[in-house]
Amino acid sequence: MKSPSEQPALTGTLIFDLGSDDSRCVEPPALDVPAIALDEVLGAPRRSAPALPHVTEVDIARHYERLASTNFGVDSGFYPLGSCTMKYNPKINEWACRLPGFADVHPYQPASTVQGALELMWGLQEALAEVSGLPAVTLQPAAGAHGELAGLLAIRAYHTDRGDARTRVLVPDSAHGTNPATVAMCGYEAVQVPSDERGGVDLGALRRLLGTDVAAIMLTNPNTLGLFDENILAITAAVHEVGALAYCDGANLNAILGKTRPGDMGFDALHINLHKTFSTPHGGGGPGAGPVAVTDALAPYLPGPLVAKDADGRFSLADPARSIGRVRSFLGNFGVLVRAYTYIRATGVDGLTEVAEQAVLSANYLKELLREAWPLPYDRTCMHEFVLSGSRLRKEHGVRTLDVAKRLLDYGIHPPTVYFPLIVDEALMIEPTETESKATLDRFASVLLRIAEEAAENPGLLQAAPYTTPVRRLDEAAAIKQPDLAWRPSPDR
Amino acid sequence: MLERIGARSVDDLFSVVPEGARLARPLALPAGQSEVELAEHLLSLAARNTGAGAVSFLGGGCYDHYIPAVVDAVLSKPAFFTAYTPYQPEVSQGTLQAIYEYQSMVCQLTGMEVSNASMYDGATAFAEAALMAARVTRRREVVVSAAVHPEWRETLATYASAGALDVRVVPACGGVSDVAALRGAVSRQTAAVLVASPTFYGTLEDIPTIARGAHAQGALLVVGANPVLLGVMQPPGELGADIVVAEGQPLGNPMSFGGPGLGMFACRQDHVRQMPGRVVGKTTDVDGKVGFVLTFSTREQHIRREKATSNICSNHALNALAAGVHLCALGAHGLAGIAEACIAKAHHLEAALVGTGRFERVFDAPFGYEFTLRFRGEVRAMQEHLLGRGFLAGLDLGAFDAADAGLVSFAVTEKRTRVQLDSFVQEVAQL
Repeated sequence: MKSPSEQPALTGTLIFDLGSDDSRCVEPPALDVPAIALDEVLGAPRRSAPALPHVTEVDIARHYERLASTNFGVDSGFYPLGSCTMKYNPKINEWACRLPGFADVHPYQPASTVQGALELMWGLQEALAEVSGLPAVTLQPAAGAHGELAGLLAIRAYHTDRGDARTRVLVPDSAHGTNPATVAMCGYEAVQVPSDERGGVDLGALRRLLGTDVAAIMLTNPNTLGLFDENILAITAAVHEVGALAYCDGANLNAILGKTRPGDMGFDALHINLHKTFSTPHGGGGPGAGPVAVTDALAPYLPGPLVAKDADGRFSLADPARSIGRVRSFLGNFGVLVRAYTYIRATGVDGLTEVAEQAVLSANYLKELLREAWPLPYDRTCMHEFVLSGSRLRKEHGVRTLDVAKRLLDYGIHPPTVYFPLIVDEALMIEPTETESKATLDRFASVLLRIAEEAAENPGLLQAAPYTTPVRRLDEAAAIKQPDLAWRPSPDR
Repeated sequence: MLERIGARSVDDLFSVVPEGARLARPLALPAGQSEVELAEHLLSLAARNTGAGAVSFLGGGCYDHYIPAVVDAVLSKPAFFTAYTPYQPEVSQGTLQAIYEYQSMVCQLTGMEVSNASMYDGATAFAEAALMAARVTRRREVVVSAAVHPEWRETLATYASAGALDVRVVPACGGVSDVAALRGAVSRQTAAVLVASPTFYGTLEDIPTIARGAHAQGALLVVGANPVLLGVMQPPGELGADIVVAEGQPLGNPMSFGGPGLGMFACRQDHVRQMPGRVVGKTTDVDGKVGFVLTFSTREQHIRREKATSNICSNHALNALAAGVHLCALGAHGLAGIAEACIAKAHHLEAALVGTGRFERVFDAPFGYEFTLRFRGEVRAMQEHLLGRGFLAGLDLGAFDAADAGLVSFAVTEKRTRVQLDSFVQEVAQL
């Protein structure tokens, strides 16, 4: 126990440090059936109680309020984390998913008792098919990477059904790490495709790599540099020419809503990160949802169940004919699907197109404000995000992009994605999203310009930043060298 | 803004999109709704899920437990739910510490040394455990008991379908794993034996015996658990499990039509470098203050790409937070109390249903708070009739496997009152 005069520290005070053995929060209900001898019922009852916290509700309320006060979310401030689409999450989404008619429904209830939930899922399938230009949608995958797995396994099954064993999947050097990791999980060899000097796929290199052993290409368009690959139709045509399929990583779908669709670009499959484009929150790392949309040719292979609507307007669940099988239990991350559906209904057809327009306008505006002080390796009109390089600061002042990111924290701004994509030296990947005002963009630009000046005046200031955060730079090497991955009770407890 | 960019119109910014790929018409979607209209629409959809008000005995991996109000109060804090993955630890201590505390509680419940920061659900945690066992043992065959939830087995089969694993399914016997058959199926090629306790039928397995059979051939043992029962059952880690996974939904997460759930994943310290997913570790900052970071990241896709232990990126951090808060609110005493209440009520109902003469016992194995009986009659008609009386009368196991036709499983949580149990039994008696 701590001494009575000691306040819990803002950080580092564990819930296990609070309360005392007789502290209670929620009591189980009084037993209204005969008690039972656990020793007789359970083959192996516990010999000692698990060392869980013993705290009051007041302890819990204050502990998590303290933790929350050290956390930065979209509601805390500007969060231009490239490739993550940290747009504002409307509060009605949270209200909707908590309605008892959605939250208290069991996945194995008879379809007749969950027509509202099935109608919502069906409506979302239809909307996502329209947005993606691909007719068949499964809502099953729990996240983007999970969608990649489902999509690529469907592609694998498609080839296998044709007696066409293929071994390689092409992935650009600018791709998200999940793409090559998924390729490996699906039993394929990942082959890297270089980017050209304009930041797109190097078409010549692609043509040399393509052959009848290639199962698919995984592409993001706009890509992770925030650039739209204007050769996209040539790329997908070349891929199809050798019998391979084109998979689109939909992480950057926000930029093209209502303007162009992956299906129209020649893609055969797409996953959609609902927690990005459709504003379900990121939850500190999840849950998200990664529905997959595909062509008619791939539709029979999707993981089920999917929602179908019959002629009488009744909704039911069904598995595609040649499904790869389940990728999870139950029916998808329904709570996340409710939020995405709510967002789409609130935003509507005109709103979704405005989302793309405003996201692209904001990114290009911000790029212009920053381009003089920060090298722009690919100097083109960008889409929803752009990548700056900190190479000049590093060369001239010994200040790294990491230092810039940490200094931004002192100004109350969440840093952009750093050191990604890998093809840009000292990369800063900035995605403002459509929900931020011009005033916020102007302030961010002025802060980043000020930080460039600070780097010149006093590099040490940046190298030791941040100063104002709840903790400062943490010793990541020590965390691996002496791993402490779980609290344990002291032997005298 | 356009002036600064030097563009005439927003359309100019999209001129890079080739003509042939442009969408020349508006999306065929409804117009946006005002919040008032939208709320009305959502309320009407939610109202059409009539089952939400029924007295439910449905389980099968998703359970109707009570969630203390303090859980949602914490989950509703925007600093938690609007944050991204804690890649900037200086401004993410809240998420990181909450996950570290969650990991600690999972270790306490499972008897394991290390927990990851969460997976999507129990089924994917189960499949990833098989893949991890193959990496650890450098073997590629796994033996799975048919008593495991069919959707977990199917997920495993899907993950294995790309060729990384060969899956052997061993039939169940008497509602539990056929221990002798399992032992017979294990060889020096076996990476892991995978079982669940409770099983899909609600029964409890003889884990120590199964562990001996697996370990004798150098295979790992993967055990799927129920986190509520872990409040009173001896932890799998003490019984020989090498990896413990669970569907964590019963801890603080609403049923929500089956998702998002929570994949709990725990293993031994020796195997941490083969573990999938994120993990949080404790360290200090430059001033010596205690702090938390994502660690052992060289296993993960954003560093290792095609050599990563898994492609998982987004996980179920917010569901893990819910589980952590729920466990704090209960404490060991409360968790055990909930488990005892569920078990007592389930056993009460089981005996009463058998007493009606309409159901009969088929398995001798012990069970927790879910049990399986055979119905003497047509299951569908029985369930339909009882639905009309306000009851979701268990899970028709014949819908999962024709060989189980006639079997019905019932889950009984602490939310079911004596009055509800008794009136359900009365209805059954009148069938």
